[in-house]
Amino acid sequence: MKSAVIVFPGSNCDRDAQTALRDVTGGDVIMHWHQDAQLPPVDLIVVPGGFSYGDYLRCGAMAAHSAAMREVARRAEAGVPVIGICNGFQILTEVGLLPGVLMRNANLKFVCRDVYLSVETTSTPFTRGYEQGQVVRFPVAHHDGNYFADDETLKRLADEDRVAFRYVNADGSRGGSANPNGSADDIAGVINEKRNVLGMMPHPERLVDLAQGGDDGRALIQGALAAVA
Amino acid sequence: MKAKIHVTLKNGVLDPQGKAVQSALAALGFDGVDGVRQGKYIEIDLAGSDPAAAKIQVDEMCKKLLANTVIENYSVEIE
Repeated sequence: MKSAVIVFPGSNCDRDAQTALRDVTGGDVIMHWHQDAQLPPVDLIVVPGGFSYGDYLRCGAMAAHSAAMREVARRAEAGVPVIGICNGFQILTEVGLLPGVLMRNANLKFVCRDVYLSVETTSTPFTRGYEQGQVVRFPVAHHDGNYFADDETLKRLADEDRVAFRYVNADGSRGGSANPNGSADDIAGVINEKRNVLGMMPHPERLVDLAQGGDDGRALIQGALAAVA
Repeated sequence: MKAKIHVTLKNGVLDPQGKAVQSALAALGFDGVDGVRQGKYIEIDLAGSDPAAAKIQVDEMCKKLLANTVIENYSVEIE
């Protein structure tokens, strides 16, 4: 299993992603510079978190037009699993691989804490290793994670079972302070129509080893690995 | 030529920053502020001299990069 992490100026979760992928998959992890259109064949692509291009114009807007992302879009079309985490999620929406947009957090504050998520569907390569409705704990760290899409799109996501994760309380209930950013329908992660592209604000790569305080993120990478094995 | 572009949030899209500015204006004692919507203003210097062609080009720029049409509207003036 060979995977790639796309690196932009301002990425800061790229090495975490590389370490997590290497640890979980045991395979090579290429660090692929954004200006390089020649992406070698890989089984899994991660678009990491950070502040690509300093979040200029809109989060992810500049990165979306990089040579590397044009190639990532082609690979996604061809069925290669792609995970966008945090800024990576923002980039994937700007590319148009995922619907909606990530807006400024409703309370305008940068949020950095652990959140609980409910696994809303297990019929994706990334979430097959979890139980339906399982509550997992991932960290979030973002200023622009407020998921927005028009009502029609939200309905389509729900109807097509394309909400991967929702923000919940520790007991799995919704409401209260569970949603850290004001996201529509408490959405923390969505997948594309072909179910091979996942975007999520929380950071699974930061919890893959018990030494990090938990390993709820491990099954996500393992799932993607099983999908291409 | 110069292109003057306004990028604004669509109606119905919440604008937490605009809301915060509105609260701040109220806190400063400015009465009668019914709403604040925050947007972007972009100026582009263009080399050509054909305003119609420039309008088409800038329109394309807005669609591809300058605005996210999921949540934003834009307007273009060529001078």
